[in-house]
Amino acid sequence: MATDNREWERFDRRRRIGRFALVLVAAVAIIGSWRYMNTGIVRAETIPREVGDLLTRMYPPDVAYTTRIVQPLVETIQIAALGTLGALALAIPVALLAAENTTPNAVTFWLGKLIVTVSRSVNTIIWALFFVVLFGSGPLAGATAIVFRSVGFLGKLLGEEIEEINFGQVEAVRASGASSAQVLLYGILPQVKPALVGLSIYRWDINIRDSTVLGFVGAGGIGVQLFRAVNAFAWQSVATVLIVILGVVVATESLSAYTRALVR
Amino acid sequence: MAAGNRTWKRPTVFGRRGVKWAVYAGIVGFFIWSGVGVGADPARIARGLGNSASLVGDFMPPSATPRQSQRILDKMFESVAMAMVSTLTGIVLSVPIAFMAAENLSPRPLYAVNRGFISISRAFNAIIVGIIAVKAIGFGPLAGILTITFKTVGFFSKLLAEDLEDIDMGSVDAVRASGASPIQTLLYGVVPQIIPRFAGLSVYRWDINIRTSTIIGIVGAGGIGSVLLTAFNRYDYQYVTAILLAIIAVVLVAEGVSAVVRRRYN
Repeated sequence: MATDNREWERFDRRRRIGRFALVLVAAVAIIGSWRYMNTGIVRAETIPREVGDLLTRMYPPDVAYTTRIVQPLVETIQIAALGTLGALALAIPVALLAAENTTPNAVTFWLGKLIVTVSRSVNTIIWALFFVVLFGSGPLAGATAIVFRSVGFLGKLLGEEIEEINFGQVEAVRASGASSAQVLLYGILPQVKPALVGLSIYRWDINIRDSTVLGFVGAGGIGVQLFRAVNAFAWQSVATVLIVILGVVVATESLSAYTRALVR
Repeated sequence: MAAGNRTWKRPTVFGRRGVKWAVYAGIVGFFIWSGVGVGADPARIARGLGNSASLVGDFMPPSATPRQSQRILDKMFESVAMAMVSTLTGIVLSVPIAFMAAENLSPRPLYAVNRGFISISRAFNAIIVGIIAVKAIGFGPLAGILTITFKTVGFFSKLLAEDLEDIDMGSVDAVRASGASPIQTLLYGVVPQIIPRFAGLSVYRWDINIRTSTIIGIVGAGGIGSVLLTAFNRYDYQYVTAILLAIIAVVLVAEGVSAVVRRRYN
């Protein structure tokens, strides 16, 4: 055994400097950010008291309000379901364009990527602002917003699934004389069907959560009731709506997890 | 072979064909009912889509006066700043909650309480949290920070807790057997096992937080969202397009940075 007193070190000097620099950059960015912001007249130390105050005003929840939110709640679920269905219908062609092995040429490939990127970068609520202008306020605008937001998500993930399929099967179907529609139907779709079902259910679950806020811009759903109650400072009604949303979201999440486990 | 003219039929997951058709009919019926419910009348859709051509014309080309560009820039910095600060605060708060929400490290009642908190945080959209934060503490980026911090805690502690549940308890026991105190067990038995995932998750959440911070201004919680909503309400659609392009650009940069960093860590 050697006699020097070297201690064991986990990282060599270069990696240590690298890590230190990374932490330093992050720290400077965060401190700089904090000082950049104009937090106005709000003082950070009053937050716990204000939040606590609000929570006490919410108690007890106004149970009678439940009857008024059943219809908007149903509407929210319908928006999410239709939005997912519409997105699925549009996402299949988009995914075929955005997958390297099925896209006809480079232009269509980039077109597919562009659709996916724009759809994913624009939040549901912004899409809803658009469609409220187009269709007028109401759940139709909300459902369309959900469609346009979900297309990118489904197109991207489905495209990745298509890129991983076994192309031998596709060629076998083509070799038997199938038309391109038949190749799609018998060569590609069966291979991605479990992913298709799983992703749709997963997105439906996300869409339920997203469609709870559409009401804020007038695109229907339970959000209308929620924001009405908030603006009226009817905190006990707000609490009721929040509890109902929580219940629905938890229920759909478990349903979604259960069904996805079935198809996997 | 024997058996006559029976053709092969694909087996179904539902066990019986009757069940299968019943399920399909139920799903189709549900969608039709939904379509009627949201007023998806073909004539109305056609009319809306007919308008879209002229509307797209209103949105193009993107344009902003110098003052408006300056405003986009200022508010975009505010969004990014909010995301930075609240990623840190969110992660700092998430760590203890994640430990308390890990089934293998936490006593049962504590586990239940923290899992409940995580569910609540995850269930509500940032916009809802934002509007409540604004009502509670007033307009401005501080409400945004509160919102994003709250959302971060739900996401981050859930995933971190799942990682903690997957750790190798053997090395934890080994550290404990060497006479380590509970704190030391945590530091030398548990923490080293989750550090790589921790770094990846942090960057991932930072990316999501940038996206969120560009939106929640719509309800007054700071950042570029307020500018967007104002532009929409003033029918200043070319300015809207300019703001949207700025948002898309920032989101893409954040996504790129996050993807690169996470690839290096994995």
